[in-house]
Amino acid sequence: MRMSVELDVFVGNTTIMDEEVYQFWLDGYTVNDAVKVRMEGGVLEECEASAEVLHSDTMDQYRTFQMCERLLHSPAKLANQLLFQIPPHRQAMLIERYYAFDGVFVREVLGKKLSKGTKKDLDDVSAKTGVTLKSCRRQFDNFKRVFKVVEELKGPLVENIRQHFLLSDQLARNYAAIVFFANNRFETGKKKLHYLTFQDFAFCAGQLISYWTVGAVDNMVEDMDVDLEKQFLQDLKELKILITDKDLLDQHKSLVCTALRGKTKVFNEMETNFKNLSRGLVNIAVKLTNTKDVRDFFIDLVEKFIEPCRSDKWTAGDMRLFLTHYTNSAHILDTFKHQVLWDRYMGVIKSCILKMYHD
Amino acid sequence: MPGKLKAKIVAGRHLPVMDRASDLTDAFVEVKFGNTTFKTDVFPKSLNPQWNSEWFKFEVDDEDLQDEPLQITVLDHDTYSANDAIGKVYIDIDPLLCSEAATRICGWFPIYDTIHGIRGEINVLVKVDLFNDLNSFRQSSCGVKFFCTTSIPRCYRAALVHGFVEELVVNEDPEYQWIDRIRTPRASNEARQRLISLMSGELQRKIGLKVLEMGGNAVVGYLQCFDLEGESGLVVRAIGTACTLDKLTPGTAPNTNTHSNTAPASNVFRPVPGLGSCRATWAMFKQPVLDISFPLIGVLNNQFRHFLFLSVLSGMGSGGSAGKEAGPLKTLLRQHTQSALEQREFPFFTLTCFPPGFLVHVGGVVSARSVKLLDRIHNPDEPETRDAWWEEIRQEIKSHAKALGCHAVVGYSESTSICEEVCILSASGTAAMLNPRFMREGCLDAGGSDHRFEDASPPSCGFCHIPYDEFNMPFPAQLTYCYRCRRQKVPDVLFTTIDLPAEAAVTGKGCLIQARLCRTKKKAQGEVNATAISNLLPFMEYELHTQLMNKLKLRSMNALFGLRIQISVGENMLLGLASATGVYLSALPAPGGIQVAGKTPSDLNYDQHIATMQKRINDTITKNKELYNIHPPESTEELVGSPIPDRQRSRLFRSTSESSDELLELDLSHGKKDAFVLEIDDTDAVEDIQSLLTDAPMPAGFYSCNTEVMPGIYNWTSGLQMFTSVRVYRLSNANLTNQGLNKIFTELCENLLKSLYFKLRSMIPCCLFWNVPRSLSFVSPPPCLHPVLRPPHRSVSSAERCSPLPEGRSRSLRSTRSMPCGAPVAVVKMTPLSFLPGTRIVKYLGIINMFFIRETTSLREEGGVSGFLHCFIAEVFAMVRAHVAALGGNAVVSYSMKECVFMENPNKNQAQCLINVSGDAVIFVRESEQEATPPLMSSGQISSTGADGTT
Repeated sequence: MRMSVELDVFVGNTTIMDEEVYQFWLDGYTVNDAVKVRMEGGVLEECEASAEVLHSDTMDQYRTFQMCERLLHSPAKLANQLLFQIPPHRQAMLIERYYAFDGVFVREVLGKKLSKGTKKDLDDVSAKTGVTLKSCRRQFDNFKRVFKVVEELKGPLVENIRQHFLLSDQLARNYAAIVFFANNRFETGKKKLHYLTFQDFAFCAGQLISYWTVGAVDNMVEDMDVDLEKQFLQDLKELKILITDKDLLDQHKSLVCTALRGKTKVFNEMETNFKNLSRGLVNIAVKLTNTKDVRDFFIDLVEKFIEPCRSDKWTAGDMRLFLTHYTNSAHILDTFKHQVLWDRYMGVIKSCILKMYHD
Repeated sequence: MPGKLKAKIVAGRHLPVMDRASDLTDAFVEVKFGNTTFKTDVFPKSLNPQWNSEWFKFEVDDEDLQDEPLQITVLDHDTYSANDAIGKVYIDIDPLLCSEAATRICGWFPIYDTIHGIRGEINVLVKVDLFNDLNSFRQSSCGVKFFCTTSIPRCYRAALVHGFVEELVVNEDPEYQWIDRIRTPRASNEARQRLISLMSGELQRKIGLKVLEMGGNAVVGYLQCFDLEGESGLVVRAIGTACTLDKLTPGTAPNTNTHSNTAPASNVFRPVPGLGSCRATWAMFKQPVLDISFPLIGVLNNQFRHFLFLSVLSGMGSGGSAGKEAGPLKTLLRQHTQSALEQREFPFFTLTCFPPGFLVHVGGVVSARSVKLLDRIHNPDEPETRDAWWEEIRQEIKSHAKALGCHAVVGYSESTSICEEVCILSASGTAAMLNPRFMREGCLDAGGSDHRFEDASPPSCGFCHIPYDEFNMPFPAQLTYCYRCRRQKVPDVLFTTIDLPAEAAVTGKGCLIQARLCRTKKKAQGEVNATAISNLLPFMEYELHTQLMNKLKLRSMNALFGLRIQISVGENMLLGLASATGVYLSALPAPGGIQVAGKTPSDLNYDQHIATMQKRINDTITKNKELYNIHPPESTEELVGSPIPDRQRSRLFRSTSESSDELLELDLSHGKKDAFVLEIDDTDAVEDIQSLLTDAPMPAGFYSCNTEVMPGIYNWTSGLQMFTSVRVYRLSNANLTNQGLNKIFTELCENLLKSLYFKLRSMIPCCLFWNVPRSLSFVSPPPCLHPVLRPPHRSVSSAERCSPLPEGRSRSLRSTRSMPCGAPVAVVKMTPLSFLPGTRIVKYLGIINMFFIRETTSLREEGGVSGFLHCFIAEVFAMVRAHVAALGGNAVVSYSMKECVFMENPNKNQAQCLINVSGDAVIFVRESEQEATPPLMSSGQISSTGADGTT
């Protein structure tokens, strides 16, 4: 009665893949775990298959994925390799899913240096997030791989990622955000920032990339989308006048107050707090020449602006109204000469804050 | 006479890193043909080198062109030490030697290393300029076309079918030469690959010469096999059917041809009236070819233990009684053909599917086996011993066919099973009477309209009519008048090795029927061992036959097509696997049920037991009738008794009809129903019944067969998936009874099937085509093939699975994305069938016949035996596809993996595997672009392996 399977393979001319099993593999399930989950999922009853059958099928698929993994590291190869015959739409699926990542995981490493040290700590991340270590490693290696490749390329970041890794536009944008954060080492792990999702940060990254980087003015230099424009940061110091010049500050305040009177329930709080808030925003701008302060950009936004407003119970509408008038009023200030700079700064700040302000 | 071979090395891509320091490679290429070698320049520091070499020109004899492969070696240049080989590509030039096949070879080939597998790709361009050769003493046979397909290829018509060709060549196996002790595994593998490539080339050339001698221009149903005899050597053997084929010009494809009176082609392929048209379109073109290739090498000790066993499977009989002279000739036709065929030494045809009218009557399956002891081949140039062995077997087959009143054998194939020094040679085919018109010069060409034969359009039931003399039957059988024409006699059951003829009328659907059997034997050496095996064979054959018969009746069917019986030998076990497609032929009588009978009906309990069993059997039969939709008209009794108008019979027939009344009485006395009695008084029979009833039913939506046409289902989509599955089991407890073994073996087969059903569940409704169920070997698993076809019953599901046409899709991919390395890879389909449903084959580009060895010394690291083999099979597919694409093709038809030998040594962390694949490279176009469902091809190949006896 004893007959053990020594060898069991199934190979299709067109590579046969089950998306569900692919996901288990990506999620770092062991073969046995995957079999268990599949059994619970009810495939067995559907097809009168036995656990053995399921195990054999899962093994086959896992082997296929392992063999494909090397190709997935440079997705362009998948289209012109000869080993696996995979229809184009399946190739796209394989790539997209391979490069997909878990929101909880990415929040843990966002802004961290993509180094060996960080990789060593992945078991902690795994324990904390519930994402398997294997999956954490894959995601981390993906980040690192994309980072390394685009580091050396000229041209727009998102487009480079899309072309080299054949990702969808959305996923390419997310990767651009990850690369951008890793490059600038933005602090995202502080407790005060925990409430922010990856998508919040990704949106902000998009804004920063679009308006504050070298690429925003010149689109054919290296690192154009990953480094903030030095001159711009330098120039931001000029905004200091908005808070150091008392006249300007008062004028600015009265302009904003005039515009907002009667339009918001938190008018009084706003009026009381105006100077603090304005100082907060302008100080952030002024300090951005320091790398350390760039890293603290988001924490500063939260501490200096979002938290005070939240404790005063501003609504998102209040926030939008305030920021719009706060930005626009500066144009009317006769002694304030840095309109273009101000718009470039405030445009990003406004959309970031609006995204980061959860009611 | 010379030809000029030109090769150009264009570029490489995805090369492996050979220099750890720079993470780059300094690659160059050696191009070798015969003894001439050219080199490209070194392309420094790149993984994607662009050599753009000049044309390397080789001036060579066409004989060499046929034998030798073009050998391309990619190396890494090293200034200080020896250059490291990255890998090789062998390119078979043969397709370029035939004007009708490919004109050039051009494309990306995987660079293959026997230790590392595929390592990057190389782009190569090859052309041949051939000068006309008028030398009549030539040794080459350029221009003879080869087809693996076992039917007349679709863009040709058969002007003449000349008959059987066979050849074998022998050599020492490099793996066993003394030098192997000092050379690297890589060198040894490469020597072997190269030798086999040379031997295949030589074999093909020699067969080609025979074809030219016969006046033919093509070999159809070409089957080449290797016998790895170990110490005693290496045999490459091939068989096929020589034909004269005329190319159909594109405009005169059968359905578009309007001049039917002038174009003989339309006659050959004219669909038989009354046949469903959708089926006719392709079924007509299928030709079955069985590969019968048999070169065996080795010298036989003495005329040791030569055992031949005749099994005439068409009726009950398995009698060992051979050759009664055929009785009086039944028709004039026979005389005609006789002369045409008798001249041939072996009137054998490897075809399994024939132009309408070719097949007149079918007698039944004939088979012969012989057990031989292998001995070292002393002189490779004198393969006489192996030749003699096969000659013996073929003679035997021929005499069996004669005993069945037939002058020819169709669907003929040969095979071997080797274990240590014992070799079982097997041959089988279907005894038949053929219409001589395809065999005589000038017959077909004389005129379009066909007046030559009285029964120009034979009734669709003609092939079922018995060819033998009914009063001098070679085995006991019950004859009745044909249920369709009611004029001629038919047997109650018909077994054949051919495909279901296109004109055959079938009731309901068909299905795959398998009989499985294990037999233990004592471990022994030499003659004792061979004797033991010889003694077992007839019993195995008989039991397989009984199982088949029972299973057939249980499904309420009366005929088997595509019967293939494989017997494999191991150290202490023999395995038998018979596979066939069962159908209900409308022309044959309804099968009787199965009656269970006990010997001692005294005991009440016992009676009850029998009654229960009988009920279960009856219930199963009823269920199967529903399942396979078998509802023949209930006219049995009346038909048997009904007076067949004697006047309508031929005169010849009437002359012998004096005693025909007796025959009828005989039929009646036996009773039509329940003629088949199973006695369960011994445990064997109980086991039999158990196994009968425990065959797991197929899940809904699945169909399976091993013939090219699934009887009863005709609406296929072009969604096709070829796959290969290999399993090896180890049997740890050797002290098992035959019954215990049988049970395990059956479970094993059933599990494999279940596994497939599960994997392919998303494709249903689909049909598994077990094309070459050559399963079972010991130690080394031979594969069987299953392509899967999906009938388009559910348009929803097929729409979901639609991938856009591959062409269009890849183009759009290319234009929207910048691909550093050029065009996306073209899709190449593979199928063991000789056609692709929903498409038309417009050109045959030549035969694909490839042999690969893969070895590893890091088995665990590569994922164990499964990981290793999985990767290797994927690599083999990739290399086949690349060669087909380079020839300009988009599919391989009649694909088969003929050999898959696997050896491992887990202690040393080593494994080695040999794979031989073959098929026909073709270009197909979709029959109608609009209705074409995008191809989702899956065909497959399964090889299950018998256990390695003891451990």
